Amino acid sequence: MAKSAEELTWKDLEIGAIITEPGSASQYQTGSWRTERPIIDLDKCTKCGLCYVFCPDMAIKVNDEGYPETDLFYCKGCGICVVECPKQAITMLEEEG
Amino acid sequence: MKEKRIGVEVSQAIAIATKLADVDVISAYPITPQTHIVEGVAELVADGELDADCIPVESEHSAMSACLGSSAVGARTFTATAGQGLELMHEVLYVASSMRLPLVMAVANRALSAPISIWGDHSDVMAVRDTGWIQIFAVNGQETFDNVLCAFRIGEDHRVLLPVMVHLDGFHLTHMIEPIFIPEQSEVDRFLPPYQYPLPLDPDKPVSMGGMGAPNIYFETKRAQAEVLTAAKEVILEAWKEFGDIFGRHYSPVEGYHREGAKVLLLTMGSFSETAMTAIDALRDEGKEVGLIVPRLWRPFPFKEFRQAVKGADVLIVLDRALSFGGPGGPVCSEVRSALFNEGKKPKVIGFVGGLGGRAVSPDGFKEIINRGIEVAHKGSEQEFEVFGVRE
Repeated sequence: MAKSAEELTWKDLEIGAIITEPGSASQYQTGSWRTERPIIDLDKCTKCGLCYVFCPDMAIKVNDEGYPETDLFYCKGCGICVVECPKQAITMLEEEG
Repeated sequence: MKEKRIGVEVSQAIAIATKLADVDVISAYPITPQTHIVEGVAELVADGELDADCIPVESEHSAMSACLGSSAVGARTFTATAGQGLELMHEVLYVASSMRLPLVMAVANRALSAPISIWGDHSDVMAVRDTGWIQIFAVNGQETFDNVLCAFRIGEDHRVLLPVMVHLDGFHLTHMIEPIFIPEQSEVDRFLPPYQYPLPLDPDKPVSMGGMGAPNIYFETKRAQAEVLTAAKEVILEAWKEFGDIFGRHYSPVEGYHREGAKVLLLTMGSFSETAMTAIDALRDEGKEVGLIVPRLWRPFPFKEFRQAVKGADVLIVLDRALSFGGPGGPVCSEVRSALFNEGKKPKVIGFVGGLGGRAVSPDGFKEIINRGIEVAHKGSEQEFEVFGVRE
């Protein structure tokens, strides 16, 4: 997109605000909603993958070693992974500021 | 110009108009008094006279939703409804206009429950006044037929791309058999080019429609929408001009009847207007300087043409066939009074509400309304508006 949403005037919009670049939702930083972030204790993690399965935003990825990693650009801090982890390996840490 | 004039029920004439417009998709749910329109279109499709898909649905909400989809892929789309059906569509109506999908809908104007009434008034229209559709009121069957054709031409114009409602009074028009001029296909083709949506849903060139509008962009989308609906008036005038050139029937945003030199004007919309003309004739015969104005274009509201139409009048009597409960009476009266408020010289506006739920207003009734309106204009009244034709 040439202009960011904040720069667009009403005259810049496509008819009916049609989005001509498919997949543009990926540009939306839902991580900005977060008040707490998940911290994963890899010593406790058994690589079961349940946090990956239950994350409603696919904000948890599995790395090459099979451990989960949080994508903080999208993670809303809902804490579902904390509840689902059978080894209590995930805790929530309050965001500062 | 080759045209044949046939005696036909107005609902059936609308079906013929959709055939001449070569509609691709019809999705509708039958509801009195709109039913004959849908039956007529379905029959044309079943008989192979119209090559279109009829999508039967379980509700008007689904009918309008199906119409959004078909219009979005670039199919010429038609539907029809009335009263409660229009209300059930309500939220989807906003989506059609906001997504700029130029489908056409005939609305057989009907009262709203409760008590259940299948008969006509304008309560259903006024409840969808602000949905962002172009809205045209027809006075008779010919106007209905003509404006269904015009609706496709106007809505699909790339300077517009908005859905259009053609309003016709339930029963008073839908079930009336009238002599109607039906043009040749070749003439209609001259007037109505094929529908081409500029950014259709297409797997080869994907787009997203109806996305999320966060506070940083939503207002801009509404500003754009408001602008295009207002600007549509010029395209509407252009389409009516060309329609007149081809078919010889001329339409304007505000019609007048004995308007010249009239000190007292009556304003009506829809089929009651022709009854009102009879009353105007009688009053003119008595030497009274009365006239009639009939707004045909309801949205976008033709402010300039309306102010011009009432120029020189001392009294403007407005008959609404809908009631704004707890408000200033009728929605039409409210709007025209507002349109005149900042004008220097303007007529006194007297509002009446009448003809609800199919209650007739006869020519004598219109004479009574006009005489009472003149009386109120001179003596004043403690009421915000007058009610006509109810047993006290």
